[in-house]
Amino acid sequence: MAYDKFNILKSSAYPLPIENVDTDQIIPARFLKAIERKGFGDNLFRDWRYNADGTPKADFVLNNPKYSGKILVGGRNFGSGSSREHAAWAVYDFGFRCVISSFFADIFKNNCLNIGVLPVQVSAEFSDKVFAAIQADENAEIEVNLPEQTVTILATGEQESFQISGYKKENLLNGFDDIDYLQNIKSEIQEFVKTRPF
Amino acid sequence: MAKTLFDKVWDSHVVRNIKDGPDVFFIDRHFIHEVTSPVAFLGLKTRGIDVIYPERTFATADHNTPTINQHLPVKDPLSANQLKALEENSKEYGISHWGLGHEKNGIVHVVGPENGITLPGATIVCGDSHTSTHGAFGAIAFGIGTSEVEMVLSTQCIMQPKPKKMVINVNGQLGLGVTPKDVALYIIAKLTTSGATGYFVEYAGDVFENMTMEGRMTVCNLSIEMGARGGMIAPDQKTFDYIKGRLHTPKGADWDTAMEYWKTLKTDEGAEFDFVYDFDAADIEPMITYGTNPGMGIGISKDIPSAEEVEGGIATYQKSLGYMGFSENDAMIGKKVDYVFIGSCTNGRIEDFRAFASIVKGRKKAAHITAWLVPGSHVVEAAIKEEGLLDIFTAAGFVLREPGCSACLAMNDDKIPAGKYAVSTSNRNFEGRQGPGARTLLASPLVAAAAAVTGVVTDPRELM
Repeated sequence: MAYDKFNILKSSAYPLPIENVDTDQIIPARFLKAIERKGFGDNLFRDWRYNADGTPKADFVLNNPKYSGKILVGGRNFGSGSSREHAAWAVYDFGFRCVISSFFADIFKNNCLNIGVLPVQVSAEFSDKVFAAIQADENAEIEVNLPEQTVTILATGEQESFQISGYKKENLLNGFDDIDYLQNIKSEIQEFVKTRPF
Repeated sequence: MAKTLFDKVWDSHVVRNIKDGPDVFFIDRHFIHEVTSPVAFLGLKTRGIDVIYPERTFATADHNTPTINQHLPVKDPLSANQLKALEENSKEYGISHWGLGHEKNGIVHVVGPENGITLPGATIVCGDSHTSTHGAFGAIAFGIGTSEVEMVLSTQCIMQPKPKKMVINVNGQLGLGVTPKDVALYIIAKLTTSGATGYFVEYAGDVFENMTMEGRMTVCNLSIEMGARGGMIAPDQKTFDYIKGRLHTPKGADWDTAMEYWKTLKTDEGAEFDFVYDFDAADIEPMITYGTNPGMGIGISKDIPSAEEVEGGIATYQKSLGYMGFSENDAMIGKKVDYVFIGSCTNGRIEDFRAFASIVKGRKKAAHITAWLVPGSHVVEAAIKEEGLLDIFTAAGFVLREPGCSACLAMNDDKIPAGKYAVSTSNRNFEGRQGPGARTLLASPLVAAAAAVTGVVTDPRELM
């Protein structure tokens, strides 16, 4: 599915300094019943964001009007648990294009890369600095520069570089996806399958 | 060069290696279910592309199915719609479909092995993180996202960087009442839920060698709960005996050829891992979780640790205990339980119901306990009846339901009410996992049975 190309993102951010945020929190299973990829952003962090009667919980960060932006900053081990890509879709659909954390769970990270959300893994120290910057000023801007592979807290100039494979970087910069690539090597796959015994 | 089991299977499935990128990785077997496949099929339609090898994909309905009255139309229109989409997509693309009511239907990770779809040396994926279960057979098996489901449908490949390698050795003799589930929960508690992220695990040592195939499946199933993409165990005679003669297992000369290959599937002497753990079986006791991730587990006789004793932030830890309604240093024994759930891809196999029956036999369900006994498949359900376990359950006041994922993720009506405590043989105790506000204590079928008959957290060894 096509997604917005990613180049340089300069944005304020929502802080969520909780560790081990699992994909059941990002989107609970009871909201996985759609057969189309629509409306998942409404249920992003559903049970942290809304009371059982559907009224918003005022103290949850996404309901706090002070915060805004296309970047979500999460605690360590973000996105653990279920492989549901719906979690990444909900993050994207809400309007986020980047998640910053000091550690990501594997499948969530992969799912994000496949749909155009950039997971930026930073050191624990830098993650603390980002949280501190947002605490000092909720409008603090963060610049995520994909071509240069850097993340910068603009108010202080503090910067760190992040890792991404050259292949995935090209995909995100150009809005390509893996299926485009795989479709183009189909004949190679058709040769390979002959070597499989079962 | 000496290779690990994982290397052997991985390397034989690499179609091409992309410089500074992932491997194009060939998938032998692909399972799909109703929840994570519809958008992938939609993607195929949007792109105007076909399913390349429909005979390599297998569909079963499990995540979102009722566990009572399966002969009646599904009440929830959204769930009914997903089930219909799976059926129609399977039909349109020529994919085998075991829908609700089909004799082969059940939880994907239970029916795959039951029908010989799961084989040693194979690569297996499914849009479900517990696909790691199939590693019990010496397969590389792991969960994928829906974009990848679309990749497999259309090209039988995904793009994966090769994970690092970890071996977890557990040697020695397991004590009374210590099951494969306890071994897994013990390892996860030691490693934490992120301790194996970026790794693929091989389980080795005599504890796993002595384990049944069902037990190995339980262990491999929970690999994802320590962050690993998957876990595997070298196939042995037990593996071959289990798969022989099943529906999709190679037959005749094909079996002989396959056996020659399968016998090579073990880690070579001197092969290197990036990380090695060694545990002693004697240190493991029946386990139970007290918090909101599977790493928050302790021996059942122990007290809940204080915040200073655990890794990670104090705020996160206290939020977790607050959700559970527990305090630091509380004893787990004697905590009141409201619900008991036995089932899921972790502990929904025949051996799990045998274990449950061994405790409840001759006893009665505690009056205030609501118990859901959900077999992993119709095959398991039939075995429960044939072996006389159902009679034991009925005499003790339990009712057997129909197969499905059920209260493990509570997509259907099997939801634990807010604030209630459930001892569950499933795999995740995340906030709200078993229903909004539900509080989950993960444990083995023996611990679940002990709670079901006493109404409180009880050491099963006292009832054995």
